[in-house]
Amino acid sequence: MKPGFPQGAHAALRNPQLRRNLALATATIRGKRAAVTGERPDWEELRVAGASIKRRVLRHLDHYLLEFESSVQRVGGTVHWARDAQEANEVIVALVRRTGAHEVVKVKSLTADEIGLNVALAEAGIQPIETDLAELICQLAGEKPSHILVPAIHKNRHEIRDLFRRELGVPDLTDEPAELAGAARTYLREKFLTASVGISGANFGIAETGSVCVVESEGNGRFCTTLPQTLITILGIEKLLPTLEDLEVFLQLLPRSSTGERMNPYTSLWTGVAPGDGPQEFHVVLLDNGRTNVLADEVGRQTLQCIRCSACLNVCPVYERTGGHAYGSVYPGPIGAILTPQLVGTAEAGSLPFASSLCGACAEVCPVKIDIPQVLVHLRGRAVRERRSGPIERAAMAVAARTLKSPWRFRWARRIARLVQTPFVRAGKIERLPGGLSEWTSTRDLPSMPADSFRAWWKSR
Amino acid sequence: MRAALFLTCMNDTLFPDVGIATVQVLERLGHEVEFPETQTCCGQLHLNSGYQDAAVDLARRFVRVFADSDVVVAPSASCVATVREFYPYLAEQFGDQELAEQIDVLAPRVLELTEFLVGRLGVTDVGAYFPHTVTYHPTCHSLRGLHVGEAPHSLLRAVRGLDFVELPGATECCGFGGTFAIKNAETSSAILDSKLENILATGADVVTAVDRSCLTQIGGGLSRRGSEVRTAHIAEILAATE
Repeated sequence: MKPGFPQGAHAALRNPQLRRNLALATATIRGKRAAVTGERPDWEELRVAGASIKRRVLRHLDHYLLEFESSVQRVGGTVHWARDAQEANEVIVALVRRTGAHEVVKVKSLTADEIGLNVALAEAGIQPIETDLAELICQLAGEKPSHILVPAIHKNRHEIRDLFRRELGVPDLTDEPAELAGAARTYLREKFLTASVGISGANFGIAETGSVCVVESEGNGRFCTTLPQTLITILGIEKLLPTLEDLEVFLQLLPRSSTGERMNPYTSLWTGVAPGDGPQEFHVVLLDNGRTNVLADEVGRQTLQCIRCSACLNVCPVYERTGGHAYGSVYPGPIGAILTPQLVGTAEAGSLPFASSLCGACAEVCPVKIDIPQVLVHLRGRAVRERRSGPIERAAMAVAARTLKSPWRFRWARRIARLVQTPFVRAGKIERLPGGLSEWTSTRDLPSMPADSFRAWWKSR
Repeated sequence: MRAALFLTCMNDTLFPDVGIATVQVLERLGHEVEFPETQTCCGQLHLNSGYQDAAVDLARRFVRVFADSDVVVAPSASCVATVREFYPYLAEQFGDQELAEQIDVLAPRVLELTEFLVGRLGVTDVGAYFPHTVTYHPTCHSLRGLHVGEAPHSLLRAVRGLDFVELPGATECCGFGGTFAIKNAETSSAILDSKLENILATGADVVTAVDRSCLTQIGGGLSRRGSEVRTAHIAEILAATE
């Protein structure tokens, strides 16, 4: 197995600046989300509607995918089917090459990150320019995004000022947010006006009309989808909605859950090619990359309802402490802990389902009602079945199971444990334990096992 | 009412006083308590650690042991949540139709202590006396699993001599999470740090909760810091008298 979550978390937990940045940022978004969802008396009904629509799409995904394909074709677009990351990258690189472009502007896309598109483009001699401010920050810093919605949440404005001074050639820049955004705007505006190819992800694809929808805050998405001659949109197969009308539900759920806004600043919808207006060539790449396997699992499939709002990250006590990089995946936080192992398997990501205290805060805020703790427990079962736990743990769990299945063994185990604990007890508490249990006593004491038992008391009455 | 006590394996081995206190509170209110002695564990440890074969065996055991009880009361929200929320999942996963049917009948009768007292019996004043400043940590399974709501607060507020102080950031997890506390000890401890800071800020001398598991995490951290603040299960406070 790759280095797991505990190893990834170790570095983050030792970085006090990172922990301060994360605590402040997640608390701010948490508060905003709570305010704008709390003001809607029908919030619960909206969640139910969102979950129901998504479940219907997943139940009839074969139908909606074919409908979407024919709709896109009808309005002058081309649909490409990609089984995995490699196929998707090959398709996109070939499409860009055909235009002769050496530079493409990109709208923030998790799906593009999932397939490693930027690396594939760079290897083909094509420079991808991230146009979302935070994605640009990560790209310039040579770092991976650490949050689904706020990719540079791990950085504060002083760190960003230093980065921009160095990378954008603006030595006098201050750390005023407006000035930082201004520097990025100047840099990006020229890119928008010269790029001939735009690459986007999408929040939703509409089966009925072949429309694609991007929800964003900065307007960079609108630039990327309207100015270039060629537009390539990559879309996970689970991102479809049956009709335009269904957007009504999701355009309320998504901004309130993600940025804590009643409405996001830019919602762009485009439908095929219109002569003389916008991109004259439009391609959609439909990506599977493990999603069909997720769909095949009756418990796990609800993961595909996700609309990538990141509300679960912002309320997660684990994410708040470790940040996104610890998850070693494009999809961090609670949703990443259930999506990643299903997409890439437990050999790659077997530690992620265990990166949760199962506190349930994620499920409480999820706008499409994914029961994340249930899927976590489900995937823990899969990880153990696929033998991703260590031999000592397996042995300990087997002994514990044997003990707990028999009342007399259970009673004897208590007596034996009372003897075994003796050398570790000091003044009624245990401050150091050996082996794996030392992980507990590294920061916490344990009360010693008392002489009296409940059962003895019960008998003596 | 005749109530069967499900002590939980943790209280059985480490915290007998929680079981004794639970019995005392129920009997003081005039209820008959029975203790099926073959009980052990609900299976949560194995379920949450991924060992589902063992977990389903323990679920079948639990259902067998308590099949004849009118109502099962446990001083633990997480064990009750395991029965009510996850036993149906286990039955489904193992295709055990018989277990599924038994759970349908039994699960609604398995209640956490404060749920039983306030929700089922409609009691808030149990005649307790506890002259201390107390803060309350709502455990995740009681809050978001069982939705016990204000039941523990109303019980605590009715305790004579008790000075109740609100806990800042109360709804946030303490970082325990069973084997999570060991497998991800560093993260678990970082989450605990915030909880401890909030507890210490209240100036309370006792912190209470409905789960002894979370209190073991909190108490272990307080003890390591050399704090004088004590942990007490809510049953122990409700059992205390003048």
